[in-house]
Amino acid sequence: MRKILAALLIGASALAGVGAVAAQTGPLRIEIDQGVIEPLPYAVPDFVPETPSAAEHAAQIARVVAADLSGTGLFREVPASAHISKVTGFDNPVKYADWKAVNAQALITGAVSVTGNRLTVRFRGYDVFAEKELESALQFSGTTGGWRRMAHKVADAIYSEITGESGYFDSRVVYVSESGPKNDRRKRLAIMDYDGANVQYLTNSAALVLAPRFSPTGDRVLYTSYESGFPQIHVLDVGQVQRKILSSGDGIMSFAPRFAPDGRTVVYSQTQGGNTDLFSMDIGTGAKTRLTSAPSIETAPSFSPDGSQVVFESDRSGSQQLYVMPASGGEARRISFGQGRYGTPVWSPRGDMIAFTKQNKGRFHIGVMRTDGSEERLLTASFLDEGPTWAPNGRVIMFTRESQGSTGRALLYSVDITGRNLKPVRTPDGASDPAWSPLQR
Amino acid sequence: MSGLKLAMAAVAVLGLTACSSNPWNDDLNGGGAGAGGAGAGAGALDPASPAYFQQTVGDRVLFAIDQSTLSPAAQATLQGQSQWLARNADYVVTIEGHADEQGTREYNLGLGAKRANAAREYLMSQGVAGSRIKVVSFGKERPLEICSDEVCYSKNRRAVTVLAGGLTG
Repeated sequence: MRKILAALLIGASALAGVGAVAAQTGPLRIEIDQGVIEPLPYAVPDFVPETPSAAEHAAQIARVVAADLSGTGLFREVPASAHISKVTGFDNPVKYADWKAVNAQALITGAVSVTGNRLTVRFRGYDVFAEKELESALQFSGTTGGWRRMAHKVADAIYSEITGESGYFDSRVVYVSESGPKNDRRKRLAIMDYDGANVQYLTNSAALVLAPRFSPTGDRVLYTSYESGFPQIHVLDVGQVQRKILSSGDGIMSFAPRFAPDGRTVVYSQTQGGNTDLFSMDIGTGAKTRLTSAPSIETAPSFSPDGSQVVFESDRSGSQQLYVMPASGGEARRISFGQGRYGTPVWSPRGDMIAFTKQNKGRFHIGVMRTDGSEERLLTASFLDEGPTWAPNGRVIMFTRESQGSTGRALLYSVDITGRNLKPVRTPDGASDPAWSPLQR
Repeated sequence: MSGLKLAMAAVAVLGLTACSSNPWNDDLNGGGAGAGGAGAGAGALDPASPAYFQQTVGDRVLFAIDQSTLSPAAQATLQGQSQWLARNADYVVTIEGHADEQGTREYNLGLGAKRANAAREYLMSQGVAGSRIKVVSFGKERPLEICSDEVCYSKNRRAVTVLAGGLTG
């Protein structure tokens, strides 16, 4: 498995799009070619039900594990119809020859038991060609209603061991659910698992809501609501569905709120006299501090993971560009210098990159750059892509893609930071402004 | 004939709006009615009515791409608004600033605010008390026209003066 790991690490770290991996049949062989990664073939037979009532979950959990792994584009499932062996007991010896014969380089087996409302999943991973068990064997327990989370945890453990990256499947996304035509669009806050399952609505569509963001622990959501007729910042407790308005004063617009990594401070935009600047607010005391004072539009702030700096957009140069300043305000350094306009910067949870929206020659792009603005790379292009958010491991980006014209509609898409694996994220209605949670605990 | 019918329908709708008990009457739909400029049947309107303000005076001004400066045409419309507001002192207004869809969401909120504020400052320069004028931005959230080309975009880049209050409504 060390060879598999090395191969995928090269793929995952190929930020400049130069490295890639081809894993082939027979003994593992690694080839680097022109930026096309050959996904790693694996098998995940239905988990073994160890109690009579566990049969359904045993099959479902294996399917979610497979959807997670194959959904990354780094893995390719060997379908059950090709399997020679059937795994009938979790502790039975693995028939490596049967899995080699179908070129499954990794094998994941598991067992599920249900006692009352309690579900327990055990699993093991194998490097088929090395005929070795992976080190990730674990077990997870929870309520039967939480079976999908346990499947995501299994997939996270396997992904993590094979790629050397932390996982991101056991995570949630808060977003704006959209319905109705473009000139009468209804919006409400929604939260779902990263893969679009378990959608819950957090607000009704009576008031326009925009751009939610999770707190660092995922327990609260900041967003902008027009409930009062004016845009104001609301903070919502996800578990309790309790709301509080962070007032910036009568008749003063406030929007674009983001949590600091401490979870107590919010940086946001406030508009007075037509001029939009950045402020910070202590959620507990309501005390405000001005961070910028320029006649231009300063908005879309995002903290560095260590909380020391804020990246934001400003049109002080005459067009939207990205700037970095100390979290307490002060001199800002411009980091974007390419053609076109740059907005909605978001600092990677790993701290190494900034994702952004770029507008150039009538097209929109999602891109990434180093935090000093170097190594800019565009990952997407369309009529309207905007608002990137990072997966908790900093390897995948989700964003809004809106189609053009009178029937135009917003949907969520994801792409990995090498620009591969662009795909829609399933939502029941139109969707915009996704924000990815941290990995759940 | 159909033009007259339309105008009368607009009067009926606007009459309801003006009767609202909330003096600011925050209208989330961004003043969907009202075409601006004189239309057929406008001669029948009461010059003190909100419908007259919307249709004859013109309740909105338009902007160039990514700009918030007022064109001469916009200034003329706002002069008319200021004169109407001087004659109809019971009304307060909310100016709603809007952007077209060619821009990121939060930037467009800031841009819409600049547009609404430009209209507010012009009205104030013409003698309308600042205390009568609120501004709010809807960014690109409330387009009037839904095609994705300049024909529609030019109508969506707007600042709309929405009347509220008023004893005569």
